[in-house]
Amino acid sequence: MSDLSDTPLLDEIDRALVRATQAGLPLTAQPYRALGERIGISADEVMLRLTRMLEAGMIRRIGAVPNHYALGYHANGMSVWDVADEQVDALGRQIGALECVSHCYLRPRRLPQWRYNLFAMLHGHDRAEVQAQVARIVTMLGAACRAHTVLFSTRILKKTGLRI
Amino acid sequence: MDEPDRRIVNSMQTGFPICERPFLEVAGSLGISEDELITRIDALLAAGVLTRFGPLFQIERMGGAFSLCALKIPEPDYERVAAIVNSRSEVAHNYARDHEYNMWFVLATERPEQIEQVIEQIACATGYEVLNLPKQREYFVGLNLHV
Repeated sequence: MSDLSDTPLLDEIDRALVRATQAGLPLTAQPYRALGERIGISADEVMLRLTRMLEAGMIRRIGAVPNHYALGYHANGMSVWDVADEQVDALGRQIGALECVSHCYLRPRRLPQWRYNLFAMLHGHDRAEVQAQVARIVTMLGAACRAHTVLFSTRILKKTGLRI
Repeated sequence: MDEPDRRIVNSMQTGFPICERPFLEVAGSLGISEDELITRIDALLAAGVLTRFGPLFQIERMGGAFSLCALKIPEPDYERVAAIVNSRSEVAHNYARDHEYNMWFVLATERPEQIEQVIEQIACATGYEVLNLPKQREYFVGLNLHV
């Protein structure tokens, strides 16, 4: 009996490729060739496999991740909202479309400790800029929002990306 | 950061090409040489302006799982707990935030059932209850920070 959930999405070569790139791409003129040499496949096969993973959404993008603080975005606020369940999908999409929002997710409530189900990550040069973004979202959510708060980050304790 | 650095940071947040000489292709559009682009990316990484350069994996699409977790830690115990949490390879990033829940980290595991196991181990090693808030729906992801 076959069980689709047991079908590996990545073969051993894909996994070797993920491991070889999770710390970053080699900074050489031919990075994909260098990766191939490291794991014993051709540059063409590296490019083919990465393209396939991009198309399948396994890779969101290839690029650089900036450090917000270093770029002058000193205020990083995780805004959290207690939004009526029947309206959260429509409102979540609207909030996610705002230019200041980098991530917008629905997450479970954990009552009584945690009442907020909508998360929107906000970025500004200072806290006042983020508070102005929050005020705008308050208006957009209207009566559908029963409570909200903003958790500003005070320190990056770790930022490595995933490791398998 | 000078003007070429700013252009690099802005342009490198969108897709980096998959081709034989990708730096050459990007360098052409930025009006600098391939060598200069590589040297500048290296320097931006070393200076911490860029935290990473490479493929950004979406582990759910590879059969794995992510979860956002939070801890409520008394200040005197904060560094001990941060060291325990950060030592786990499954912790992709970890932020201190000014709230009763003052430590927020993202777990990434190869298989969904490992999330619960890692949470239990972290709870056991730190002595604090972990708030587990897995993503249920994604409304938006992506942002270019312009500099």
